[in-house]
Amino acid sequence: MAIATSPPKKIKLNRIGLELPVYRGGKTTLCAGCGHNAISERIIDACFTMGVDPTQVVKLSGIGCSSKSPAYFLGSSHGFNTVHGRMPSIGTGALLANKQLVAIGVSGDGDTGAIGIGQFVHLMRRNLPMVYVIEDNGCYGLTKGQFSPTADVGSTLKTGVVNDLPPIDTCALAIQLGATFVARSFSGDKKQLTAILKAALSHRGTAMLDVLSPCVTFNDHEGSTKSYAYVKSHDDPLEELDFVPFFEDITIDYEPGTTQEVTMHDGSRLYLRKLDQSYNPTDKMQALRALHETHARGEFATGLIYVDPMADDFLTSLNLVDEPLATLPERRVRPPRAVLDEVMDDLR
Amino acid sequence: MPSSDAAVAERSVVASTTPVINDFSIQVATVNGSGSQTANLVLLRSIFQMGVPVSGKNMFPSNIAGLPTWFTIRANKHGYVARKTEIDFLVAMNPETAREDVLNLKRGAAVVYDEPLKLDALRDDLVFYPVPFDTLVGQVSRDVKLRRRVRNMIYDGVLSQLLGVQLEQMEVALRRQFGSKPKVVSINREALDVGFAFAEQHLEKRDPYGIEPMDENGGRILVDGNAAAAIGCLMAGVTVVTWYPITPSSSLCETLIGYLRKYRVDKETGKATFAVVQAEDEIAALGMAIGSGWAGARSMTATSGPGVSLMGEFAGLGYYAEVPAVIFDVQRVGPSTGLPTRTAQGDVLSTAFLSHGDSRHPLLFPCSPEECYSMAINAFDLAERFQTPVFVMSDLDLGMNTWMSPTFEYPTKPIDRGKVLDQETLDRIGRFGRYRDVDGDGIPYRSIPGTDMPAYFCRGSGHNEWGQYSERADDYEKNVDRLTRKFETARNWMPAPVVEINRKARIGIIAYGTTHWAIIESRDQLAAEADLQTSYYRLRAYPFRSALASFIERHDRVYVVEQNRDAQMSTLMRLELRAELAGRLRSVLHYAGMPIDARSITENVLIQEGYRVEHSEADGPLPHNAGVGGE
Ligand SMILES: Cc1ncc(C[n+]2csc(CCOP(=O)(O)OP(=O)(O)O)c2C)c(N)n1
Ligand code: SF4
Repeated sequence: MAIATSPPKKIKLNRIGLELPVYRGGKTTLCAGCGHNAISERIIDACFTMGVDPTQVVKLSGIGCSSKSPAYFLGSSHGFNTVHGRMPSIGTGALLANKQLVAIGVSGDGDTGAIGIGQFVHLMRRNLPMVYVIEDNGCYGLTKGQFSPTADVGSTLKTGVVNDLPPIDTCALAIQLGATFVARSFSGDKKQLTAILKAALSHRGTAMLDVLSPCVTFNDHEGSTKSYAYVKSHDDPLEELDFVPFFEDITIDYEPGTTQEVTMHDGSRLYLRKLDQSYNPTDKMQALRALHETHARGEFATGLIYVDPMADDFLTSLNLVDEPLATLPERRVRPPRAVLDEVMDDLR
Repeated sequence: MPSSDAAVAERSVVASTTPVINDFSIQVATVNGSGSQTANLVLLRSIFQMGVPVSGKNMFPSNIAGLPTWFTIRANKHGYVARKTEIDFLVAMNPETAREDVLNLKRGAAVVYDEPLKLDALRDDLVFYPVPFDTLVGQVSRDVKLRRRVRNMIYDGVLSQLLGVQLEQMEVALRRQFGSKPKVVSINREALDVGFAFAEQHLEKRDPYGIEPMDENGGRILVDGNAAAAIGCLMAGVTVVTWYPITPSSSLCETLIGYLRKYRVDKETGKATFAVVQAEDEIAALGMAIGSGWAGARSMTATSGPGVSLMGEFAGLGYYAEVPAVIFDVQRVGPSTGLPTRTAQGDVLSTAFLSHGDSRHPLLFPCSPEECYSMAINAFDLAERFQTPVFVMSDLDLGMNTWMSPTFEYPTKPIDRGKVLDQETLDRIGRFGRYRDVDGDGIPYRSIPGTDMPAYFCRGSGHNEWGQYSERADDYEKNVDRLTRKFETARNWMPAPVVEINRKARIGIIAYGTTHWAIIESRDQLAAEADLQTSYYRLRAYPFRSALASFIERHDRVYVVEQNRDAQMSTLMRLELRAELAGRLRSVLHYAGMPIDARSITENVLIQEGYRVEHSEADGPLPHNAGVGGE
């Protein structure tokens, strides 16, 4: 595979004329080396290169170290650090109020897999257009290192306590629930994560990203299957990804049969160079099988695991007017006197 | 004539020879799921159409079919519409409860009953009218299904004849019920006629009760509080409705959805100016309402006590992050396996302080459908003006029962979206600080996501006035003090109380919500029967107005009447009142799951005032065998 043209590196402004620093946020208060910080950097990158309009973005999160991170990217966007495990409902509400918003949600594996599993399930079912990132470290960072529901059987805490409950695989769960974009990545894999984030921003529907994001303070020891070293050595990418946004006129050449091209809802294209000849991310059964098999080997299947780029999203199904409901003028939301009269007559 | 009838005539005591016109109550005892609701509403509506003040209360089990249900209609020429405990006229259709229903009646009451039940053997101080319903319904149709459906309409026909409820009015009511289905109207009409003819030929009127036309209901409508609230939401310009079904609040959202589909779809584009989502639970329902309130929608949800408890954490977030949302709490008795289909005013304290440390919420207390309507509109304005969740505290009695009401007034004020930041304001205030008290009233400005106004990062209480993250003690204190100031400002924006001062009165009464209707009647009873004059303060909102203290100051003793065990409103008042004033408060409490009645209040007040009272059946008869199940 070869990229035919590559844009000159000098360009400092993006598609909508903004500089990179506009996409930065406040100074992080997370631990140095925390995987979550790396993910924030990738979100900044992806939003900058995609030319996402920060005034149209809402950043949403639950509670946890991970959920603090929206304060550290896109500082000129609105954000809402909500309550533990319930960010999906706040996000749903925000999008009902204004269907034009670009919603970026950040959650943790505890925030999603434990207290928030109910809202997560229904978010996946609804296919609400939103990027939903789980920063997955297998533990509760903010409450100092307890196991989370994504911890593997046999994985240990710093204190030596062994986890003996099976993990929830959020990707497998999401696919079963009808999610339309499911990916797994690693905070340490810059290229893959950025490509997936860009594709996620091009998707119309819920884009669920489970990003392995080691907690360097509470879960980075030997015996943990979510440590940096363990994840790095057990990362098993399904494909190599290249993303071409809709506004770039680039063609990618590839040998027939080696690469699958996926056209996203906005016209962007995703090139998936197959590492395993048989993998097809639009096939649910294959996706589930891949997740199962890699997990059984003690590895993580990463990359775009499942995608259905053209499925109907929740907001479209509501048949809303084109403008945001939030700012409709009074005359469009308060019916005229004649309506009240009619309603009264019906009750007489 | 049925063979037992002669015997009945011999044994029965004719209660009274003086006719009792437009002042009695009818109770219909049936099994739920038997289609009796139609017959009951037709009866209620016919009396209403005859210009007689009337109210209807349904006492139903938490069950879909097969358990006992009682529907009580009270016709009252004086306009009293509260529940009255004594039943004057019973229609006994349910074999399971019939015995007890009859034994509970006061002397002289009349009973229309299904003949095979042989209820006439139970007592000799009642007037019995046996009706062979199965035989009669056979004359209407051979179809088993149809027979089941119209069987109850026969008692309407019988009552029409016995009580003088005009048949033409019943037909009008039928048409209202089944408007577009002429076949259904006609078969029901037949059933009415069969009942009427039977009564005419076989029943000799021996009770004193009767309905005669009056002219009291001009300009009135019949409506339940939930539908009224739904109309209020429609007129308030609601844009986002997120909810989770729970009796007795479901019909609020369901009715609203009907109106929204009819009146809020853009004519040209066919697209909706509203969004409705049935959430996965009440936590999500309020989460969505708060999310959309934050993003600028006029959002609402409706629920009842169990749902309110689930909403706790989000209510606190809404309070601290200062996000508008409207929550209807149609109150009912306690947990889901309790008396979920019975009324109460039991969520007052828990809702006022719902959630974690130092949360406080404005509450509105409608007493009538008209107030469900107007307070719904007001609630949206208040929620946006004060950027906080506002609770409308209705109850099952108000929400689900049928009430007479004046027609609703079209809103006179434009929608108030509160302090939403715009360019002009931004120029005036210089720099946007989300939690800055620019105007000294505790209310900050907010910007709406997706607009071109400056953004802020919204989080609970850990922020300074610029909306920046802060855990500093002084920032926190300053912020919660401002929230207190905001709540103080809200006091005078809340619906004012309705106060009636009687200059001769030494004692005052305070009540709120549906208790009002029994208070009107009870005050008349106190005046007429014991020459006890009272003043009355009908509380309509929390936070309270300063008028509350002045009212208590004027009186030696003040009775706070409410429908809960723990004197919740009175407790809420005591938190604010000077000890000397708090000491004047007494409580009259009613918590049987049935709407409060005047007689209970009157007796309770008289006893506390030192009168000797011969105890009536003020709290009975309560059907204690009503089915109970999970909701
Ligand atoms: C209702 C509620 N329960 C418990 C907590 C305490 N709490 C805060 S963060 C957290 C766990 C966060 O874990 P995770 O989502 O995995 O995020 P991480 O900190 O690991 O990034 C818990 C239990 C809370 N804030 N709210
Ligand atoms: S405790 Fe763990 S998850 Fe939290 S900031 Fe530190 S490294 Fe990250």
